[in-house]
Amino acid sequence: MKYVIIGNSAAAVGCVEGIRSVDRTGTVTVISDEPYPVYSRPLISYLLCGKTDEEHMKYRPDDFYRKNGVKVLLGRKAVGVDPRRKTVSLETGEQVPFDRLLFATGSHPFVPPMEGLESVEKKFSFMKLDDAKALGAALSEKTRVLIVGAGLIGLKCAEGIRGRVQSIAVVDLADRILPSILDAEGSAIVRRHLEKQGIRFALGDSVARFTGRTALLKSGGKIPFDVLVVAVGVRPNTRLAAGAGCRVGRGIAIDGRSATSVPDLYAAGDCCECRDITTGTDRILAVLPNAYLQGETAGVNMAGGEKTFDKAIPMNSIGFFGLHIITAGSYEGEAWVRKTESTYKKLVTKDNLLKGYILIGDVARAGIYTSLIREKTPLDTIDYELVREKPQLMAFAADRRAAMLGGKANVSD
Amino acid sequence: MKRVYVNEKWCLGCHLCEYNCAFANSGETDMAGALKDVKIHPRIRVEGDNHISFAVSCRHCDDPICVKSCIAGALSVRNGVVHRDRDKCVGCYTCILVCPYGAVMPAPDGKAIQKCELCTDNAFGEPACVKGCPNGAIVFEER
Amino acid sequence: MGINYNVPEYEVVRDPQRCIACRVCERQCANEVHSYDPKTGKMKSDESKCVNCHRCVALCPTHALKIVKNNDTYRINAQWSNEAIGEIYRQAETGGMLLSSMGNPKPYPIYWDKMLLNASQVTNPSIDPLREPMETKTFLGKKPDHIERDSEGHIRTDNLPPQLKLEVPILFSAMSYGAISYNAHECLARAARALGTYYNTGEGGLHEDFYKYGPNTIVQVASGRFGVHKGYLEAGAAIEIKIGQGAKPGIGGHLPGAKIVGDISRTRMIPEGSDAISPAPHHDIYSIEDLRQLVYSLKEATEYKKPVIVKIAAVHNVAAIASGIARSGADIIAIDGFRSGTGAAPTRIRDNVGIPIELALAAVDSRLRQEKIRNNVSLIAGGSIRNSADVVKAIALGADAVYIGTAALLALGCHLCRTCQTGKCNWGIATQRPDLVKRLNPDIGTKRLINLVSAWKHEIMEMMGGMGINSIEALRGNRLMLRGVGLNDRELKILGIKHAGE
Repeated sequence: MKYVIIGNSAAAVGCVEGIRSVDRTGTVTVISDEPYPVYSRPLISYLLCGKTDEEHMKYRPDDFYRKNGVKVLLGRKAVGVDPRRKTVSLETGEQVPFDRLLFATGSHPFVPPMEGLESVEKKFSFMKLDDAKALGAALSEKTRVLIVGAGLIGLKCAEGIRGRVQSIAVVDLADRILPSILDAEGSAIVRRHLEKQGIRFALGDSVARFTGRTALLKSGGKIPFDVLVVAVGVRPNTRLAAGAGCRVGRGIAIDGRSATSVPDLYAAGDCCECRDITTGTDRILAVLPNAYLQGETAGVNMAGGEKTFDKAIPMNSIGFFGLHIITAGSYEGEAWVRKTESTYKKLVTKDNLLKGYILIGDVARAGIYTSLIREKTPLDTIDYELVREKPQLMAFAADRRAAMLGGKANVSD
Repeated sequence: MKRVYVNEKWCLGCHLCEYNCAFANSGETDMAGALKDVKIHPRIRVEGDNHISFAVSCRHCDDPICVKSCIAGALSVRNGVVHRDRDKCVGCYTCILVCPYGAVMPAPDGKAIQKCELCTDNAFGEPACVKGCPNGAIVFEER
Repeated sequence: MGINYNVPEYEVVRDPQRCIACRVCERQCANEVHSYDPKTGKMKSDESKCVNCHRCVALCPTHALKIVKNNDTYRINAQWSNEAIGEIYRQAETGGMLLSSMGNPKPYPIYWDKMLLNASQVTNPSIDPLREPMETKTFLGKKPDHIERDSEGHIRTDNLPPQLKLEVPILFSAMSYGAISYNAHECLARAARALGTYYNTGEGGLHEDFYKYGPNTIVQVASGRFGVHKGYLEAGAAIEIKIGQGAKPGIGGHLPGAKIVGDISRTRMIPEGSDAISPAPHHDIYSIEDLRQLVYSLKEATEYKKPVIVKIAAVHNVAAIASGIARSGADIIAIDGFRSGTGAAPTRIRDNVGIPIELALAAVDSRLRQEKIRNNVSLIAGGSIRNSADVVKAIALGADAVYIGTAALLALGCHLCRTCQTGKCNWGIATQRPDLVKRLNPDIGTKRLINLVSAWKHEIMEMMGGMGINSIEALRGNRLMLRGVGLNDRELKILGIKHAGE
């Protein structure tokens, strides 16, 4: 059996490990347009602040490919997939044959049309290792940085470079930061925390026009800067899959087995859309754990095994300057909020289920909440009022707990 | 593989497992010296009161979601033990987000996580919580 | 009532260099001696509540604790000891009888320690139990007057009255469910089964969960008849009529209504909250003839399949009483010495009534032999057996087997603090508080009991081998194997032994 994986990040690794859990002998080829062995993309902000280095960013040990018998084609770009001839064409003209293929093509930064953007000399995205290296090289203690986008990427970038630059300003069209994961109240708490670190925000605003080192805002304000980071959002890389005839919505459509609409073609990670079990809708859930789990699921199924991943939910764990935030699920339903001076907690329930939560400041044992969402645990089967106060196993019935702590341990997707 | 199992029927809520854990991972050879006037950060935590109580530590799942979710590749399975590479961990707490047992916690300095590694990472070599449990509520065995 | 004259008996000594304020002492003390002071971050003690049960000492992970006798003293007085004065103060304050538990702690003579065992030298070789057969098995019950043989000349064994078969001559003595916890009972039952011996329900009935241990259970019928019904009698391997117990001869028992809850109420077959009062005498027994009626009633109820034991406290006329019992139809007599334990007894009774088991046992064995009715009954001696040497000496004095109670509880964790009557046993033994009961994990307790008795069994075999004896049968009543030290002629005569050197 010949397996080909296009892409070389978490979903690809999950796929390799999934294949190898079933098939030790088939050939596995990984094609990546990046020149690096697999590294952790979310760590690029930690790289900039010195909390990690390139060596420690390796997502898997150096012998990962060798041990798993993976042929890896680095710095090679796949430009087409022919599902009938079962070949991948590379930019170099080479043809790589496959029996089963995984699209783990990820996403790319979305840069909206902005007037005068071409006049900006130092402008960067913030997604890949090369982005971080290039941005890092452009920074000095005197650099004034403008970040367009107050989402996860923009703010992680801000944290990563805060200690290395003179000032950071963040502009976002939304009226609050981290709008995709936080409600207004939680967002305000995090914003205040970031502001204490000297990061300035222009929210509900956008850049009307760049002129060299100045951004003119719609509100009329002006922000002088030396370096621009555009972190407005990302778009899934679906072109190859679409070209191969796969059904593509916002991302490549996959089922619980990570299969696309075309036989023998699979997809996983940020390039896909999948069912969010908290809303029942198909969404792009671009977070690393989902990428790995979808990749692994794909790998097992590609190799002839049986695996379903049907517990995908949005979830994020992120910290800024020591303030930790964990969120999961969706927020439509009945909300229960508990605040202290330094913490914020919101649980959202609907139809006897926990649907989502936000924890800021105190994130201890958050996984117990996540598990309630993922496992769709009916709240009337546990002591919800107890678990609401604090995530704890005491909230479960004694026999359930006995199974958890005394039974065979086997919990995953 | 041998794992730590907890039977709440025999847990007395004495919290000795927490102190034995903290001592085992202190690197010290004398418990009083290691823990005197120190706030402990054990990797096993007792829930409950003296009527119902039980200790919770990493279950070392066969199919560990923390390992699969780790954004840094800092968690791995070594001989069945879910192991943390302290140097790789950046303290993003994604493992805390996903662990259904709530058995992963921030390390005392907050810069990384910590979790039970069955004392394979310290001089004890066998789970100190088990050895010190006065009532057989925590056992280390094959099931 | 104004000033409390009593001073704490013990002092909690905490090594500040070692204490890590883990609070395990606080969590584990049902008497609430220890507490944590959040202001200083240090532990505190209220010694007036300490009963010296050593739970905190045993669990302290840094060995920072010890309990010492309070050095405080009244003016030294040989007649009026601190204890004697303290008891006056307590009674003057409360107006009540003094209550205590476990065995008589007073410094009366311990005759076990005044008897020494023999060993073989040159003329009669000793036996190595690791190389040669050594029998610790014994049978309790009435033995036939003479040997009968079948048509082929084999000794008949099918004509024996019912017997208890013991793999080791040690049984667990009567301790009721109520006096001790469910878990303690489970330990005793499981250990008895594993060891091939018996435990005894006491007068609390038999919990439904423990019927499965019936073949290793002796069911007791006492003056209160608690928990006695046909199924109960049929469940046991033997039935014991309790006339008296060594810790409190002549008086009955009283389990307060507060302890008669849930399973205990159901097992004893009395309403929740009602006091369980065992009368001092059996109200239907005023003579050996009356006793005989009860013995045969019980035999009748169980189709003569089970031996009947009559248990009495060792008192002044024990030999004559035993002689009567041996003629009552009973199969086994259990004699309980004045050191035996209890869950609660008036202190004065515990400390002043009854006689030492060693003398009682010797007297009974001698008397039954003189009257040629020794084979009518087996003898079980109890109430002070501390180790395997005591067991060997008891058998040499005439016992068929021994009961151990205190030793068994010690194996389970009892520290002889002698405050069972408070119901706050920190070791989970003499308590019904669920949070305390669970401190005794039966898996651990059972193992410890098995360990103890197995260890004793090995020691018994070594001692017997040293004497050149290879079976319990050959040791029983073999008083030539004993010599007295520091005993007067009267004592030697009663014990039926020679003095060392003779």
